Amino acid sequence: MLSQELVAHLYKKMLLIRRFELRLAEVYPTDAVKSPIHLSVGQESIAVGVCDPLAEDDIISNTYRCHATYIAKGGNLQEMMAELYGKQTGCAGGKAGSMHLVDMSHGILGASAVVGTTIPVATGYALAMQMAAKTTGRQRVVVSVFGDGGTEEGCFYEAINFAALRKLPIIYVCENNRLAIHTPLEKRWAKDNLCERVATYGIQTYKIDDADVFKIRETMTKAVEYLRHGGEGPIFLECATYRWLEHVGPRDDHSDNYRSLDEYLDWKEKDQIVRLAAMLDDNTVQRIQDEVTAEIQAAEAFAAQSPYPTAEELYTHVYAS
Amino acid sequence: MSMPANALQGDRVPEEQKGVRLIRYVDALREAFEQEMTRDPHVFLFGLDVDDHKGIQGSTLGLQEKFGKDRVFCTPLSEDAMTGVAIGAAMAGYRPIHVHIRMDFMLLCMNQLVNMGAKAHYMYNGQVKVPLVVRTMIGRSWGQGGQHSQALHALFMHIPGLKVVAPSNANDAKGCMIAAIRDNNPVIFVEHRLLYAVDGYVPYESYEVPFGKARVLQEGDDVTIVAVSHMVMEALRAQKHLESVGIQAEVIDPVSLWPLDMDTIMDSARKTGRLLVVDNAWLTCGASSEILTRALEICQDSEEPLPALARMGFAFTTCPTTKPLENVFYPNSRSIAAQAYEMVKGKGKLWEPPVDAKTEIDAFKGPF
Repeated sequence: MLSQELVAHLYKKMLLIRRFELRLAEVYPTDAVKSPIHLSVGQESIAVGVCDPLAEDDIISNTYRCHATYIAKGGNLQEMMAELYGKQTGCAGGKAGSMHLVDMSHGILGASAVVGTTIPVATGYALAMQMAAKTTGRQRVVVSVFGDGGTEEGCFYEAINFAALRKLPIIYVCENNRLAIHTPLEKRWAKDNLCERVATYGIQTYKIDDADVFKIRETMTKAVEYLRHGGEGPIFLECATYRWLEHVGPRDDHSDNYRSLDEYLDWKEKDQIVRLAAMLDDNTVQRIQDEVTAEIQAAEAFAAQSPYPTAEELYTHVYAS
Repeated sequence: MSMPANALQGDRVPEEQKGVRLIRYVDALREAFEQEMTRDPHVFLFGLDVDDHKGIQGSTLGLQEKFGKDRVFCTPLSEDAMTGVAIGAAMAGYRPIHVHIRMDFMLLCMNQLVNMGAKAHYMYNGQVKVPLVVRTMIGRSWGQGGQHSQALHALFMHIPGLKVVAPSNANDAKGCMIAAIRDNNPVIFVEHRLLYAVDGYVPYESYEVPFGKARVLQEGDDVTIVAVSHMVMEALRAQKHLESVGIQAEVIDPVSLWPLDMDTIMDSARKTGRLLVVDNAWLTCGASSEILTRALEICQDSEEPLPALARMGFAFTTCPTTKPLENVFYPNSRSIAAQAYEMVKGKGKLWEPPVDAKTEIDAFKGPF
């Protein structure tokens, strides 16, 4: 039985991501954010279901579509908005922007704009966590999130092979929205059998095809606990999902006619935010909506009021001392 | 095989460094790993074949027995992902040493090195560091051919965030490796296989050879020869040839290509009035281009006379496998000496130096 507390908690996280990104889409035409944005609207349940079972010192690794996981893992919202605005107070001082969000204090590894690139890096972080656990006694878990396109890069297969060989404490999560930019999966894969392929490496695989936030969370909870307590990784989780907006930018691009409107409408029926709102009483929903709005407004005000970096910042952090 | 050290090696043992002995370049590297892995438990070493019976030409032999399979281990080939793995482990506070038995294979690592390793500290505004050493070996001789002989250090010099070192002797191999392991940035550590068997005086103790400090290996007043990696040996042989006809060449090894010590190079070029750069690589957009351009800029900025400039390097072809063609692909002590001679004596003044005694190039045999 799901507690109201849990439902409210997950609802709030998903709503925060949705409203944050929709506000970003609203602000975008003002050019406050002079940088590409890849929005996760419609895909929030994966980030929230995946991150909720993680401890603060566990690690999440992202793609350039990283707003959702950043928020879900507990990344600082004000610093995120400031980063998107290119401000000095941003999580990376304005040097990263939307595609490279990072918050190491909350276990959020920096994202990459090159598809697949973070998969081996997360794998290496898991190798380090496996080594460290031998002295600390605590096994921290790494989660590597990527899209269906990411699994087409050679480094994905190289990385999962190595992770299986070394039994690394990592969970690979594929957000399968069936699109690589505008190209559907049918034009890219001979067979739609990702989990089967991955299983041949000797990896446990799980597939959730309806984006159910509770199922994702439950699967992740078991996986994290298993790895935390000596279970042999890696674990692979494929989550079907649907990208509501365009690949990059704030627009609903269904009028571009490269994908089916029916599919969109089907997925909207499964919207986890609507589903969870219906499970809560009106007062709770209203309270959460108000809280979320206030948090986003505070982040926006913080970003707007923050200074841009000074010219001297150009040359900081080229090399580490 | 153990080639005797060049006389210069003895000249360069600093007075204060007692407790030295002659060991091979490859053994100096091995000693660096052993000392650093003993000092810091976060150092680990991995790559294809690092734990096999040959141990990367001997440079990793015995390390797994001493430090265990968690810290010294072979990997699947997977150069791309293994580079990412090294970067991830480095971000987590470890100090990986990733080994490639040919520099050519690093072309499979470029996405990780350039897009992630070089940029992470900057792009994530200092939230992570990438203390990574990438060992990479340039092959030559015994028909290494087009894809086992490339020297690609210039590709890495081009990228902000990377450091590139190419020590040419055993002392610097050990000291640079220790410095590279302790450095908080990705360091591309360029080794030339023909240097592996060359002896040099190496201190027993642990020490760092700092990056960004060139070495004057031989002093001279007539012409400055800046040579890179294995070309240092050729330049030193050229210096002997030149000496026999009364020309005193000053031979400089930059040791680290990035950061690059232009001060030492320019001090010498001002003295001799002639600057010849001999790269162990192609010239176009290469280390030689960088050194000569910067020399030009420095002279222009300070309104001082420009030294005579020249450069030599690989023929602008793919490296051929057959020996007669390979012989003309590389600069050698005689062609370097002839070039320096012409710079000193004047254009059109040609000279053919005598043939060298048998060198490490002739001595090298395969099949590996």
